[in-house]
Amino acid sequence: MSDTILVLGGGIAGITAALEAAEAGAKVYLVEKNPHLGGRVAQLARYFPKLCPPTCGLEINYRRLRDNPNIEVLTTTELTALQGSPGDYKATLARHPRYVNDRCTACGACVDPCPVERPNPFDYGMTTTKTISLGHEMAYPMKYAIDESTCLFDSCAKCVQACPYDAIDLHMQQEILELTVGAVVIATGWKPYDAGTIANLAFGHFPDVVTNVMFERMLASNGPSGGIVIRPSDGKAVESVAFIQCAGSRDRLYLSYCSSICCLASLKEASLLLERNPQASAYIFYIDLRTPGTYQSFASKVLDHPRISAIKGKVADILLEPGSGQLVVVADDMVSGAMSHTSVDLVVLATGMEPSLAEGRPQGEMDFDPYGFVLQGSDPSGVFAAGCARAPVDVATATLDGTAAAMSAIRASRQMVVVP
Amino acid sequence: MSPTKRTGLYLCKGCGIGECVDIDSLAELSEGTDELAVVRTSSAFCLEDAKLIASDIDSDGLKAVVIAACSPRVNRQVFNFGTAKVERVNLREQVAWSHRPGEEATQELAADLVRMGIAASQHASQATPFTQDHERTVLVVGAGPAGLEAAVASAEAGYEVTVIDREPQPGGLLAKLYRCWPSQPNLSSALEDSGLGVLVDKASSHPRITMLTSTTVEALSGEPGRFIATLSSAANEPGGHRQIIAGAVVMATGAKPVAPESFANYGLGTLDNVITSLEMEELALQGAIRRPSDGREALRVAILACDGPNDERNLAYGGNVTSMVALKQAVYVHKSNPDAQVFLVYKDMQTPGFDELYYRFVQHERSIFLVRGSVSSVTEQSDGTLGVTVRDSVLATDLSLEVDLVVVDVAMEPTSAPDTGESVPLHLNYLQGDSVPLGREGFVDSNFVCFPFETRRTGIYAAGTVHRSQDVAASRRDGEAAALKAVQVVERAAHGEAVHPRVGEVGYPEFFMQKCTACGRCTQECPFGALELDDARHPVINPNRCRRCGICMGACPVQVISFPDYSVDMLSAMQKAVELPEDEDKPRLLVLACENDAYPAIDMMGINRLEYSAHLRVLPVRCLGSVNAITVTDAIQRGFDGVALLGCKSGEDYQCHFIQGSELLATRMDNVRETLGRLALEEDRVQVLETSIADARRLPEMLGEFAESVAELGPNPMKGF
Repeated sequence: MSDTILVLGGGIAGITAALEAAEAGAKVYLVEKNPHLGGRVAQLARYFPKLCPPTCGLEINYRRLRDNPNIEVLTTTELTALQGSPGDYKATLARHPRYVNDRCTACGACVDPCPVERPNPFDYGMTTTKTISLGHEMAYPMKYAIDESTCLFDSCAKCVQACPYDAIDLHMQQEILELTVGAVVIATGWKPYDAGTIANLAFGHFPDVVTNVMFERMLASNGPSGGIVIRPSDGKAVESVAFIQCAGSRDRLYLSYCSSICCLASLKEASLLLERNPQASAYIFYIDLRTPGTYQSFASKVLDHPRISAIKGKVADILLEPGSGQLVVVADDMVSGAMSHTSVDLVVLATGMEPSLAEGRPQGEMDFDPYGFVLQGSDPSGVFAAGCARAPVDVATATLDGTAAAMSAIRASRQMVVVP
Repeated sequence: MSPTKRTGLYLCKGCGIGECVDIDSLAELSEGTDELAVVRTSSAFCLEDAKLIASDIDSDGLKAVVIAACSPRVNRQVFNFGTAKVERVNLREQVAWSHRPGEEATQELAADLVRMGIAASQHASQATPFTQDHERTVLVVGAGPAGLEAAVASAEAGYEVTVIDREPQPGGLLAKLYRCWPSQPNLSSALEDSGLGVLVDKASSHPRITMLTSTTVEALSGEPGRFIATLSSAANEPGGHRQIIAGAVVMATGAKPVAPESFANYGLGTLDNVITSLEMEELALQGAIRRPSDGREALRVAILACDGPNDERNLAYGGNVTSMVALKQAVYVHKSNPDAQVFLVYKDMQTPGFDELYYRFVQHERSIFLVRGSVSSVTEQSDGTLGVTVRDSVLATDLSLEVDLVVVDVAMEPTSAPDTGESVPLHLNYLQGDSVPLGREGFVDSNFVCFPFETRRTGIYAAGTVHRSQDVAASRRDGEAAALKAVQVVERAAHGEAVHPRVGEVGYPEFFMQKCTACGRCTQECPFGALELDDARHPVINPNRCRRCGICMGACPVQVISFPDYSVDMLSAMQKAVELPEDEDKPRLLVLACENDAYPAIDMMGINRLEYSAHLRVLPVRCLGSVNAITVTDAIQRGFDGVALLGCKSGEDYQCHFIQGSELLATRMDNVRETLGRLALEEDRVQVLETSIADARRLPEMLGEFAESVAELGPNPMKGF
């Protein structure tokens, strides 16, 4: 039985779909638009509920990828069009130039000569890297890439001279690839909702108001401050943090749905804050604490901590306290009925998930809901969504989803469906 | 093993190795080595010069190549030469990128690592895959939505399936439901039919599916590729027993509804008109919703959703579906009679994701009143009407409701839970017991966030509500996913290959049985129950259950267990390849590092150009649990000043990919300490250091502290003996 499956998206759902399908005997193309795999999870400090590092599972998965000849990984590549039917799809892909070829050994000789610093997307712009960069220490593939939006190209070309292995090609062109595949898994993931649009939460207004994805980087040992949580405005050690839930979610003005992971993420981040600084305090402002299933015992354990408090209430405003630089969170406390004022060093907005394909969609055989999540196409379809391309889900669901979508793809591409 | 001169050594100078280490003198030094037929250097073996290695293998008939270059974590396909065994020596990340160039200590480190690599290459032989009569079939136990989906998915992927259920009809709990909430609330708010009819039709008409109802598993033995299931089907056959052979098993035995004892406070069990949410479904299936006490139509209904961490009455895992059950039932009460009023009492509305959109829809339904609060009492009046007192936490007042019916949301308890009082669903005929080891709250769930099907019985995959507390749509996806794991293990077993995490690994443990003392420890310690006992109480391996972690090899007190390419002898030869100078300022410390987490973390010190002690000699192991006590005591007796065992977190939230590796090591350390005591050596010479893959920045200090604490003890007096 031979089946070829195209997996779009090299985050945890896509990697899982690719591996599980290939280990069952399918041939897989794993396509990622960024220069490296890993997606959003590579940027997280830890997972809930175990508080374990995401890189642990990624390492195992990367090893499975390296050793599996049935998987071809295509980075800096995007799907532009998809036509066909189950068992026979034509996928048109654009492979953007990486400007670094396969001869790259990741020796790093190109880094020092490069004169251009650019905001580091891995740290959500909180740090900078050179315009030729490896991304991070767990990069897969372990090959450098050039950010074409900031590179000086031929007017500089210092990296080309520095590379001992002839691995840099500043004249690399975009390639168009045509693949024939039996089925497609869409695992293009999510992006953080733009917190700047939520007027009362002051993101972009005060530097000490950050988003939850930024806070993950601040907690990460490979983050901007090595996992020590400091105030972005002045570098002061953070003693108190307010987490504001549903920042953009469950609100018709922004995202109507619940992003499903933010309550657990904030509970996790509060625990990690206390792990880093046992004297710190965390205040979680929420409407409903959504900790379904067995996550409830994790939530209860976190909430038992005397320095972590959960306040049922909607945040009305965030103010800057003159002099101290502290932020004051003004909230409508739903239990006491009064307005509460909480003074903190840092405000973390639990910003929600928006599907990556909310804009910039490929043409062809795929259906979307009004928010940009991928819908299961009308039968018979060979296009299947997994992870946060399908719905806002946690990692444990995304991996399960990836596995299920891999099976859907195998079923569809084998065309052994018996019509009753 | 005698030297064969069938090994080549390839010393790379690229990526800064040549500037840090004197590669030419290493090459010269190595040329005299008996084992080596070829020694070459290159400025980059991963580029054009990879062909040199391939051509040496062809022309000189090399059996093994030792490539001293970058970490084994990169360039695995470049340095894959088919049948020739490849041993990687990490001169880049763990030498050139993390130690001072040109220094004697760095050069000695590189020389030792090369010798260790050569030693390892002499102790690895080509593994032969395990083969046996093989079945490409799947047995699905439980014909609810997860099981049926697993059956149909496996069949549509081309596999023969037997699906059984203990009930006379398929469908499980789903068959008892009146309506389901929208499976895609992002598109529609309409209640749905369960879809069970279509699924049952698909499964029962598929030519590759055999469905057996009123059937249970009496016993299950064997291994992936060849499980032997004894089925008991009272209804169908005289004698009632039959045996089938299956390549893999999907366990989809479901959950049953449970009401915690505390629900008695609501009158559940004592008051006629207080019913569970499942009883509500049965009422609804009968048509108009009538109170049990007198059959009068219920016009005022209170639904108590028990949800969320703020609800102390709740089961630890109840809140996954109960809020949606409550919302759905409120809607259908309202739909069945537009005059009916529904009060839905809740604390935290557990409607994550798109379920929120359904919650929003219900908020706008007239006659459904959502009350955030908790119920303080339920009392019965003489006519059967119930008085419900609710503390409304939003209005901060007590509400008194008069209702005809109170519905209490119940939670799901997996059929695997230890206290269900039912017999275990699969009856494993395994030495380690008849049930599948359980995860959180009694579900057959994985301990790993990233690997949802990692349970400890290879080839048996849980799906649906026995796996996790989940709704119908999620259960069906789960069933499909479990089916993939099932057909995957069938395919891997057909090639004699391991499944996750050492996917594709062929070699499996071999036993030198003449020396086996029949102590049985290996059979107890195997995390996957791969070992059974024969009549002489000697271990018998089921290779397709084995995950190649090597924990049995670490367990064996007489060291009779080894893999073709991983053994106590190999680890011993590698540590013996390290030169132990007698100078006091050249201590030697052996680091046995878990290759899944600790070893990559050490690599990442190099990638970040963080320096650590050049006196450490890192030896990767498959799992700390695979380290036999003798490997540690031999190293100390030889004269290593200290040994560190660097591995993953143990305990409740363990990180060990082989479940118990780190934990078992802790018990083996008792033996090590006893030996150290006998030799009058300090216990602190051997230390277990817990680390994680994210610890690259912490490791230099951690390893530095270890080196310092050993230095304080002075040189090992055994050195030079």
